[in-house]
Amino acid sequence: MDALILQILNGLDKGSAYALIALGLTLIFGTLGVVNFAHGALFMIGAFCSVTLSRILTLSYTVIDESQTDFLGNPLKVDVPYIHGWLGKETGDVIIDWAVPLSIIFAIPVMIGIGVLMERGLIKHFYKRPHADQILVTFGLAIVLQEIIKYFYGANPIPTPAPAAFTGSFDFGAMLGFDPNTIIYPYWRLVYFAFAAVIIGAVFAFLQFTTFGMVVRAGMADRETVGLLGINIDKRFTIMFGIAAAVAGLAGVMYTPINSPNYSMGMDFLVLSFVVVVVGGMGSLPGAVLAGFLLGILESFASMAIVLEYVPGLNQIIIYLVAIIILLTRPRGLMGRKGVMED
Amino acid sequence: MLGLTKKDLNLMVIVVALVALAPFILNPFPEGSNMAQFNAGYPDLMQRFVIFGIFAIGFNILFGLTGYLSFGHAAFLGVGSYAAIWMMKLLTTNIIPAMIMAVVVAGVFSLVVGYISLRRSGIYFSILTLAFAQMSFAMAYSVLTPLTGGETGLQLKANDARILESVPTDGSISRANFFGLDMTSSYELSVGAWQFTFNTGYYIAGIIMLLAFYLSIRIFRSPFGVMLRAVKSNQNRMNYTGLNSRPYTLAAFVISGMYAGLAGGLMVAMDTQVGPERMFWTASGEVVLMTILGGAGTLIGPVLGAGMIKYMENIISKINSSILHQWFYWLPDGMEDFVVAIIYPFIGKGWHLTLGIIFMAVVIFLPGGLVEGGQRIARLFGRKKEAAKDAQSTPAE
Repeated sequence: MDALILQILNGLDKGSAYALIALGLTLIFGTLGVVNFAHGALFMIGAFCSVTLSRILTLSYTVIDESQTDFLGNPLKVDVPYIHGWLGKETGDVIIDWAVPLSIIFAIPVMIGIGVLMERGLIKHFYKRPHADQILVTFGLAIVLQEIIKYFYGANPIPTPAPAAFTGSFDFGAMLGFDPNTIIYPYWRLVYFAFAAVIIGAVFAFLQFTTFGMVVRAGMADRETVGLLGINIDKRFTIMFGIAAAVAGLAGVMYTPINSPNYSMGMDFLVLSFVVVVVGGMGSLPGAVLAGFLLGILESFASMAIVLEYVPGLNQIIIYLVAIIILLTRPRGLMGRKGVMED
Repeated sequence: MLGLTKKDLNLMVIVVALVALAPFILNPFPEGSNMAQFNAGYPDLMQRFVIFGIFAIGFNILFGLTGYLSFGHAAFLGVGSYAAIWMMKLLTTNIIPAMIMAVVVAGVFSLVVGYISLRRSGIYFSILTLAFAQMSFAMAYSVLTPLTGGETGLQLKANDARILESVPTDGSISRANFFGLDMTSSYELSVGAWQFTFNTGYYIAGIIMLLAFYLSIRIFRSPFGVMLRAVKSNQNRMNYTGLNSRPYTLAAFVISGMYAGLAGGLMVAMDTQVGPERMFWTASGEVVLMTILGGAGTLIGPVLGAGMIKYMENIISKINSSILHQWFYWLPDGMEDFVVAIIYPFIGKGWHLTLGIIFMAVVIFLPGGLVEGGQRIARLFGRKKEAAKDAQSTPAE
C-alpha cells in the first residue's frame, strides 16, 4: 500500500509537467488549429528563464578581503554579488536563494512576448497551409530555438537549485500512519504539483468565468460566426497563444530544480506531450490534463521494481503502448470532441 | 527504353552520370590547396550521400505521393541495420545476405507499424509513427539489450562464429565484403595536384541507389503511383467512389520502410557497426528535412536534398574561426572581427542552427524545395526568352 502511494506521488510531478505542456498544446490546437512542434522548445526556454534570472542575480564583482587570507597568506579575493550592494547582504542572499520561484515573474512577460511574436511573425502565415507544413515549420523553429539556447548556454545541464526552504523531503509515511521513512517525497515536487494545479485551475477559470474566456471558447466552437459578430477573434487567439506559451514556460521554470535544464529537454518532453494530447483527445482541455496525470502515474507504476521484474523495460515504453492501444480502440482519445481532426 | 519516357530517361542518365563521376565532381580543388577542405570526394562522405539518398527516395514514396508525414522512419533504418549486422555476425561477412535480411525485416516491421498507424491520418498518423519509433528506440536502449547491444551497439568481433565462413585464425576482424571484394578498398588516381578516390563500397552503394531510383521512377509513373497521388489530393472522394485506399497507402508505407531498411543495411555494410541513436526521432526528422529541402513529390528532389544536407553538414561543421579570419583578412581589423563574430554561431558546432534556418526558409518560401526553386529560375529565364520572341514578332505582324 505504501509503495502504491509512493508511486502515485512520484507520478504526480512528471504528470504535472506533461499536463501543463499538453494543456498549452491543446489551447493552441483548439484555438488556432495549429500543431505546434515548437512547444517543447517553449518549455525549455522557460527553464532557461530561471537560469538567466539566477545568473543575473548572482552577477558579481571581485573585492579583496583583507580580513581573510588564502593558504599562501595573500588576501583572499571574494566575489560579491551586486545585489548585496543594493539591498544589503541578508536580503540579497534570500533573493538569490529564491531565484527559481522569482523567475515566474520574470518568465511570464518573456514567454507571452515570445508566444505573441511567434504567432504574429510565423504561425499566422500557416493557417491555410496543410497540417504537414505547420508541423514542419514549427519543427524547424524548434531546432533553431534549441540551437540558439545551446549557443548561449552550452550543451551541459545547468544545475539550478530550489530555495533552501524546499530542499528537504516530506515524510508522508509518518503522516498517513505507515512506518516513518516509507513514503518520502521531496518538498519541491509537492510545490511543483501544487503550482501545476494552480496554473491549470487558473487557465480553466480564465476560460470559464471571464468575458474574454467566453469569447475564446465561442471562437473555438465556431470561429467564423464569432468573427461575423464583429469580434476581433484573431487578436484574442494571438493572446491565447501567448498564454499557452507562458503555461509551457512556467512549467519549465518550476521544473528546473527537479531536472537540470539542458537545451534538448524540450524535445524529450514534446514527444511525450504529443502522446498525452492524443490520448486525452485532440482539442479537449480536460482530456489533456487528465491524460497528463494519468500517463505520468502509469509511467511511475511501470518503473516499480516488482513490475520491471516481470516485464523489463516497461517504464520506457508504457506511454507509447497506452497511446497506441487508446488510438486503436478509442480513436478520439479519452475525451475527444466530435469533429476535431476527424479526417 | 527500360519502360521510361524520354524525359525520365534523361533524368536517369543524368543521375547515373552523377553517381559514376562523383569522385571527380566532388573533388574540384587540388590537394593541399586552401580550398581542399571543401572537397567531398572521400569514400565515407560519398557513401553517406548515396545511402541517405536511398533513405530519402523511400521516404518520398510515402510522403511525396500520399502526403502521409511519417515521423518515425528512422526506426525502419535502425531495424534494418540490426538485422544486417546480425547476418554479418552469424552467417557471413558478405553484404548480400545482410542486405536482403535488412530489407525483409524492415518490411515486416513496417507492415506491422503501418497496419496500425494507417488507421488514422493527418497529425494522428505522424504522432503514431513517432510513438512507434520512440518506442523502438527506448526498447533498443533497454529491454532488447541482448539483441541490440544497448547503448554501445553492435560491432563485428574477432570471435564471431559465422556459419558460412571460418573464423580468421590471426585474431583479426573480418571486413564486410562483396564476394571477397573488400568494401573499404579504394583505388587512388592522381592527376597533377588532384587526387581522386574510387571506393568499392561507394560504387556498390551507388549501383544500389541507382536501382532504387529506377524503381521509384517506375512507381511514380505506374497506375499504383497515380492511385497514391489520388490519396494525397482527395482521399474522401476516393473513398466515396467505393474504393478502399488503405491497401494502397499500406503498400506505399511498406515500400518506403523497405527502402529505409535497405539504407540501414548499407550503412552496416559500410561501417559494420550500429547503435540505437540511429533510431532516435531526430534521425527521422533528418530524412524529412532532406525530402522537403530537395522537393517532396519530385523524383530527383530527395536525392538532391540528401546530398545537400550531408555535404553542408560535413563542410560547414568543419569551418572554424581561424578559417573565417583567413577569408575576411582583407577587411579592416575591427570589421573583420565583427563579421567573423556574426558568422561564427552558424558554423562549426552551430551547424544545426544553420540547418534549422534553411529548413524554415524552405518551408516558408519554397514549399516545393530546391526542385521548385530550380523550376522557378528556369521559368524566369524562359519567360524572358518568350518575351523577347514576342517583341521580335510583333513588328512583323
